Amino acid sequence: MASVPAVLKSEWTKIRTVSSTSWTLVSALVVTVAVSAALCALMKSQFDDLKPAERLTFDPTFISFSGMVLGQLAMVVFGVLVVGTEYSSGMIRTSLAAVPQRATFLFSKLLVATALALVVGMATSFLSFFLGQALLGPHRTTIGEPNVLRAVFGAGLYMALIALFSMGVATMLRSSMLSLGILMPFFFLISQILSAVPGAKKVARYFPDQAGSKIMQVVPNAMNSEPPPYGPWAGLGIMALWVIVALVGGYLVLKKRDA
Amino acid sequence: MIELAGLTKRFGSKTAVDDLSFQVRPGVVTGFLGPNGAGKSTTMRMMLDLDNPTSGSVRIDGRHYRDLDEPLKYIGALLDAKSMHGGRSAYNNLLCLAQSNRIPERRVAEVLDTVGLTAVAKKKSKGFSLGMGQRLGIASALLGDPEILMFDEPVNGLDPEGIHWIRNLMKALAAEGRTIFVSSHLMSEMALTADHLIVIGQGRLLADTSMADFIRQNSRSFVRLRSPQWEHLLDVLARNGITVTQTADGALEVDNGRIERLGELAAQHQIVLHELSGQQASLEEAFMQMTAGSVEYHAHSDTGHGPPPAPAANWGESYRAKAQGPAGNVTAERSASDGEGV
Repeated sequence: MASVPAVLKSEWTKIRTVSSTSWTLVSALVVTVAVSAALCALMKSQFDDLKPAERLTFDPTFISFSGMVLGQLAMVVFGVLVVGTEYSSGMIRTSLAAVPQRATFLFSKLLVATALALVVGMATSFLSFFLGQALLGPHRTTIGEPNVLRAVFGAGLYMALIALFSMGVATMLRSSMLSLGILMPFFFLISQILSAVPGAKKVARYFPDQAGSKIMQVVPNAMNSEPPPYGPWAGLGIMALWVIVALVGGYLVLKKRDA
Repeated sequence: MIELAGLTKRFGSKTAVDDLSFQVRPGVVTGFLGPNGAGKSTTMRMMLDLDNPTSGSVRIDGRHYRDLDEPLKYIGALLDAKSMHGGRSAYNNLLCLAQSNRIPERRVAEVLDTVGLTAVAKKKSKGFSLGMGQRLGIASALLGDPEILMFDEPVNGLDPEGIHWIRNLMKALAAEGRTIFVSSHLMSEMALTADHLIVIGQGRLLADTSMADFIRQNSRSFVRLRSPQWEHLLDVLARNGITVTQTADGALEVDNGRIERLGELAAQHQIVLHELSGQQASLEEAFMQMTAGSVEYHAHSDTGHGPPPAPAANWGESYRAKAQGPAGNVTAERSASDGEGV
């Protein structure tokens, strides 16, 4: 059997020696923090224009993660490329000849990439939170308030799970272009639009990003929205189920199909 | 030692590899020969457990590939030039492979030196030419210092110097007692490097023989005659009970003919000869005859209707007509290279 620490070391070398790793992860951090900061600054100046109901349910924690809608797309690209370039470059055959145990190969790769995504995700969420709160001025909250630390910590987890989900999908589809072509419009358009359409809302709230992002909310009905029928951790659990399905699917494809 | 037993691979209704059984023995270069689409690459991928066989099995020193500890230390393989991440440097591409099989990092520099890529070790491999990519692939095969080496079409895209280099490399590796399994669609290439020959066509085993036997059995010798009085000559030969075949370019060929006797006959009857030469059919031709029935992709230049010409009869003919001059090059080169000693 292949030595797992050796395979982990090898996968770490793979990930740190390609330029896509740094530009996707830096983008995820910069875009999330910058867009969140801009929206926090805007919210501070517009706060008095909000409707009373919106003012009552104002969630300063959640607003400081509002840039994640864009920033997560870079995480999707990171996750897709980690797996997809093995296929597009033809490296997969070399890799599997070196590590023929499919499970060891795949899960070592995913473990290394997810750990890295988690570190970047946590850095992003804490930076985004503290910068956002500083810009919100009188409307800010603090990390010591109830549930705030859970939301900030959860935002980091959310980013890692988005990356892991993308890796699972890319393993199933065995193509970067196809995976990005499905995941980008899904997270950026379809999920966002459907969650705003009255009829589709009830289904859309079980989508991985919609369910998972509830962990970042401290006020369940933030901005006078309809609260979901599940709590924040259950929401993250729903997202985790999606991730598990994608990973099982990816593993089965890798195991059964010819490389 | 690699053993294939009843290896079969079907893609839908198409059978790519059909009940293939053979052994690859250590210490020799085994050539794996077949026309394009014969199933060579599919067979090699199954040997490395990259493709799942429909039935049958491959054993490497008695074990299945996936049961090998750190397989790069047993088998090194070059499958195709494009099997590395282009955005990573040559050095790092090899480093991540080395690490996965706990091969010391110094081997990376060693194999890069062996294949002559030290100067571009830090360059991204996407800028590499086909030949450099091929060398990088060979470096990855050598990384674990394995007892068994597999090369799929290693001379593809190499310049003459590169081809020469890889031939010598394979011979040197075999001389160290390693098992070398190398595929090609060129008989001439095999004749220069291989000691043993496995020929497949449409996924089926056509021959499993030593190179020497193959040459003995398949190199047809004949005498070629050219004469402006060829009708007279035909007549004379027929009267002396000599069977003649006439080629498309007007020459006459006598299988296993004795060159002295034919010359004397012509002189007796005062027939002018423009050519009287002893010939050996090339191995390329023998290979094409053998696989003619199983060539998957025929090129057809005729635009007319009707069925394509029966390949077995026409392949050798057209080749000989085009080749002009002695067709015994391969054999000659082969004996020359044998003389150098392996």
